[in-house]
Amino acid sequence: MPGKTLYDKLWDDHVVYTDEDGSALIYIDRQLVHEVTSPQAFEGLRLAGRQPWRRSRNLAVADHNVPTTDRDKGIADPISRLQVETLDQNCTEFGITEFNMTDIRQGIVHVVGPEQGATLPGMTVVCGDSHTSTHGASGALAFGIGTSEVEHVLATQCLVQKKAKNLLIKVEGQVGPGVTAKDIVLAIIGKIGTAGGNGYTIEFAGSAIRALSMEGRMTVCNMAIEAGARAGLIGVDEITIDYYRDRPFAPKGSDWFMAERLWRLLHSDADAVFDKVVELDATQIKPQVTWGTSPELVVPVDASVPDPSLETDPVKKESMLRALQYMDLKAGQAITGIYLDKIFIGSCTNSRIEDLRAAAEVAKGKKIAANIKLAMVVPGSGLVKQQAEAEGLDKVFIEAGFEWRDPGCSMCLAMNADKLDPGERCASTSNRNFEGRQGYGGRTHLVSPAMAAAAAIAGHFVDVSKLSGN
Amino acid sequence: MKPFTRLTALVAPLDRANVDTDAIIPKQFLKSIRRSGFGPFLFDEWRYLDRGEPEMDCTHRPINPDFVLNKPEYQGVEILLTRENFGCGSSREHAPWALEDFGFRAIIATSFADIFYNNCFKNGLLPIVLDSAIVDDLFHEQGKGYQLTIDLETQTITTPSANTISFEIDSARKYRLLNGLDDIALTLLHADSIKAYEVERAKRAPWLFAD
Repeated sequence: MPGKTLYDKLWDDHVVYTDEDGSALIYIDRQLVHEVTSPQAFEGLRLAGRQPWRRSRNLAVADHNVPTTDRDKGIADPISRLQVETLDQNCTEFGITEFNMTDIRQGIVHVVGPEQGATLPGMTVVCGDSHTSTHGASGALAFGIGTSEVEHVLATQCLVQKKAKNLLIKVEGQVGPGVTAKDIVLAIIGKIGTAGGNGYTIEFAGSAIRALSMEGRMTVCNMAIEAGARAGLIGVDEITIDYYRDRPFAPKGSDWFMAERLWRLLHSDADAVFDKVVELDATQIKPQVTWGTSPELVVPVDASVPDPSLETDPVKKESMLRALQYMDLKAGQAITGIYLDKIFIGSCTNSRIEDLRAAAEVAKGKKIAANIKLAMVVPGSGLVKQQAEAEGLDKVFIEAGFEWRDPGCSMCLAMNADKLDPGERCASTSNRNFEGRQGYGGRTHLVSPAMAAAAAIAGHFVDVSKLSGN
Repeated sequence: MKPFTRLTALVAPLDRANVDTDAIIPKQFLKSIRRSGFGPFLFDEWRYLDRGEPEMDCTHRPINPDFVLNKPEYQGVEILLTRENFGCGSSREHAPWALEDFGFRAIIATSFADIFYNNCFKNGLLPIVLDSAIVDDLFHEQGKGYQLTIDLETQTITTPSANTISFEIDSARKYRLLNGLDDIALTLLHADSIKAYEVERAKRAPWLFAD
């Protein structure tokens, strides 16, 4: 019998029951809850007279609607406020732990989970949020679900699932200076496309992935969903174990040693069989910039905007033409010649301490360009913010002309007051460049934190790998 | 949940690939704490010429006459025909809620994003995957505003030219959709198995059951 993939192991470990047709009841170890996708789930429980199966396995935090300024004044928008208050009330009513807006631990659900050790290797993790794939960086099986499934997990601690196929993405070699986890994952999406991972769980492997910190690995797994895969995984190694030791929700004492022994088995066997394998050469990856309205429309920073007339697939050609029109770009235009209006450093993709350090490194001692109307840094959690301030990063940003904000999802999806105005162009460290994502008519270019900071200083895209210091 | 058995209805062609859930229902409408009322805001940025906000009265908004769902021949549509990777991006179930609330009962595409596909079945919406050549044929089917008959029991689609197209669907999902069954009640039939799993798992991973 061939060996098992990491995904096979995680799946087998959580099957409660398998139906004749192969659909299985899977046990869920941790559910993260936020205010946007949970109100109707709690309402469903109430209407059916049901209680949570195990309330302690749920952890809630408001992140999408929270303001990033003047937090002590509360939420100005009454509809946003109602949604956050509804989460507070539901958590109180159903006895679920919540980090509310004034808690130092509050932040983006996918930053908070690992930071607290609330999501751990070997777990199944779900949340009504597609970027739940982030938690797979620890060797957990983590994926986004809809609100009906949020209710299902609350009521049963289980989900009905069909097993996905195994896709291995191997990135071998050492990346060059200025090339980050974000560039690796954007290059992967550029290669396989946004539907490339549909029906698969992706395992990211290879020396370039192994060389990443846990935070970098989270950035890669975070965007597995942008490659079409619900879940992205990375096998456990010393870096994983070291990251989770002493986290508040992590096992303690003898439990820790038992957990550590089990977690070290969480990697694909040498003879495991994957349904598909994709390989990338890390040495060839350059800093990436998306030019279109889908994350797969991405090129290296030293390239030009592609020409749709060279595309043979009529559906793709049409998408490219639409994207060029929406983004107000021309085929053949140099990426470094694209000027920006706003800069957003934040989101569950890139708002951890290492992201902020990388951006601060570029911004240190410099000023944002005159054409930049707003450059904002939004830490992923209250604890990330606290750490950054202890390191003096806030001062670096403020002196360079950036705004230093309170934690939340912010302008990644613009559900709070932070948004682009129609026609504005933004260099953003977030994960989606869809039409209107960051504000009605707004234009988004996805980049790494260092690339976003460099664009803020220059006013247009620049190749960070060519900046002095690299 | 409304059961889905057999449907004869008008088809609207949305000839785009990678239609994301932000396009299906933009983020400002996700602030609602209700499950209904999203239909008027379906494809908001494509359907209207102004910027939509929650609780707006959409009957007086300027519509985009070029958008397919605004054309007279597609009024009363219940089947959406589209291209690959429909429903990609955010996991928001508001997307199938909006489609269902608008009046859609089935979506035919070359492929769907996984989370969206799954969410459809929770809301009585039937997502049908067909080969790209067949989808192409349906886009080119004679005459604007034609009807298709979808029979879930026999897993077939009948075209105006009386062609029959078969489609695949997972048997458990088919059963639940045909009968409009509540997933949670079905899962709770296995409550003893869940408890037994927890007892066994707690021996292997006691830290998960410490609280």
